[in-house]
Amino acid sequence: MEILQIAVITLVKILIVVTLMLLTVSYLVYFERKISAWAQNRVGPNRVGPAGLLQPFADVFKLLLKEDIVPFAATKSIHTLAPMLALFVAFTTYAVIPIGPSVEIFGYKVDLVVADVNMGILYILALTSVGVYAITFSGWSSGSKYSLLGGVRSSAQMISYEISMGFSIAGVLLFAESLRPVAIVNAQSGLMWNAFVQPIGFITFVVAAFAETNRLPFDLPEAEPELVGGYHTEYSSMKFAGFFLAEYANMIIASAMIITLYLGGWQVPYIEKLGLPDYAVVLIQVTAFFVKMGVLLFFIIWVRWSLPRFRYDQLMDLGWKVMFPLSLLNLIWVAILIMIMN
Amino acid sequence: MNLYDIIFYLFAIITIVSATFVVFTKNIVYAAYNLLLTLFGIAGLYVLLGADFIGIVQLIIYVGGILILILFGVMLTNKITDVPIKSGVLQVIPASIGVGMLAGILILIVTNISWRNMELTVPESTIGSLGMLLMNEYILIFELLGMLLLIALIGAANIARK
Amino acid sequence: MLVEYIPLFLVIAFAIVFAFGTVFSSKIFGPQRPNPEKLSTYESGVQPVGTTHERMSVKYYLVAMLFIIFDLEVIFVYPWAVQFKKLYLDPSVGTTAFYAMLIFLVVFEIGYLYVYKKGGFKWD
Repeated sequence: MEILQIAVITLVKILIVVTLMLLTVSYLVYFERKISAWAQNRVGPNRVGPAGLLQPFADVFKLLLKEDIVPFAATKSIHTLAPMLALFVAFTTYAVIPIGPSVEIFGYKVDLVVADVNMGILYILALTSVGVYAITFSGWSSGSKYSLLGGVRSSAQMISYEISMGFSIAGVLLFAESLRPVAIVNAQSGLMWNAFVQPIGFITFVVAAFAETNRLPFDLPEAEPELVGGYHTEYSSMKFAGFFLAEYANMIIASAMIITLYLGGWQVPYIEKLGLPDYAVVLIQVTAFFVKMGVLLFFIIWVRWSLPRFRYDQLMDLGWKVMFPLSLLNLIWVAILIMIMN
Repeated sequence: MNLYDIIFYLFAIITIVSATFVVFTKNIVYAAYNLLLTLFGIAGLYVLLGADFIGIVQLIIYVGGILILILFGVMLTNKITDVPIKSGVLQVIPASIGVGMLAGILILIVTNISWRNMELTVPESTIGSLGMLLMNEYILIFELLGMLLLIALIGAANIARK
Repeated sequence: MLVEYIPLFLVIAFAIVFAFGTVFSSKIFGPQRPNPEKLSTYESGVQPVGTTHERMSVKYYLVAMLFIIFDLEVIFVYPWAVQFKKLYLDPSVGTTAFYAMLIFLVVFEIGYLYVYKKGGFKWD
């Protein structure tokens, strides 16, 4: 295919996915507030638009019109770069996640993934490690104690859980025999979902994903009672919005990754046996992907409003003394399983 | 100039410019930030050369680990707000002589080798052949690597628990 | 090969533009009325006390060091994991592929236990 053609198709895909993500983030915030209200027996946002449905837009416009405050004590350039880095990471990782099989549109074969690269999974891991810098830099550059403590804590937390995340992914690779996300999804046909084959790996990965996205019970970097806002204490206006957007975008990416690696991606078990036309199958599969994502996102929000926060030593203990050995055991278990099956 | 060249020069410029900043900036955290960009640029160059696994590993290990270690080091020692940690200019003459000699040797080598121009053939999956090699020819080296990591772990534990 | 990565470069370029745009949009739309009180460091409403950059626990440094070593281990597992099934079905390698990795992991885990016993994972 010609390079220009690829570029145009890619740009269209990027625009569609980014728009979808921004919309999802807006309504994810809305649903988070509604669900939290429901969990705490409150009403939640209900003033802007019918049932408060326009609330996310009101929030965005409010943030847009606020003053961008950079404190005296801050190191200005790095203070500005940190939220950019957070956004950069959040809006590059989606590229390798497939939301459906390849389809034919107007005679072109189009993959329902922005970039189908060989190193897909490692690409996400690498970007996750870049994401640590957004938090470290914002913590350091704000010139506030809360920010610094939040930043350093958070980076130590994120790198600790990257280890068990890495080992859990290795278990998935044993079955998929490739780092290509599409191949990983294809390896989970029928009921061979990795969540069923390697439940331990599934659990360690989900826990690590919670820790990487800094969601409760792992939200120590911004533990409100002790650290105020954590690393984004000194951020306002769109810089704050950047962190906020990145956090929710990361939730979406994390659930998409869990689906791709462990819940069969877009696959619906035994759908090919129903004898449906091709386009219907693709449609059902893409819908299945988004349904799975909705369920996972609800789960993440549900956990946040149900569980208390870890203490820092408990968090580190869990990461190094429980999650790491478990993910290692999972790896050996999967290797033995493959030897038995062959 | 095709697209390949454009992307190559883009990454090369990012690498060189940020590396220059790393050397000349006085603020250590700025240096760390620019080192991040340098490593990014180098990873991009690796990917362009068809070594995608190395490129990504470069990011994971250097950006994800070593640079974080450097930053933690800066944060751990930086205890006075009024005096920001700065790197000074030390031993200019010996340093420039050393660097000059190194540069001379490098230039000599680069100009004296008759480089071969080859078509870039990239295997479908670089990581696959790497796995094959690790488990066949280099299996002993692979186990030795395990030992090396063990030694590093013991060293790290001892440094921190003194 | 390179063609495969072109979309990725585009995504990265787009993300950079997007990040710049988002962060600088408040410079355009928001007001700019700074005053000393507003620009002072937030410390729960009281005057900031002491210095910001207090000395941090050396534990963070140890975590970062351990992370690099463990991360290297993970990286060496990946090429093996991707190739394992093929290696196992290859009669000249067979179960050697499994035992080789097992030895590698066990050797490394001795180090893990050592750090554990030394209290390297104890957070106090």
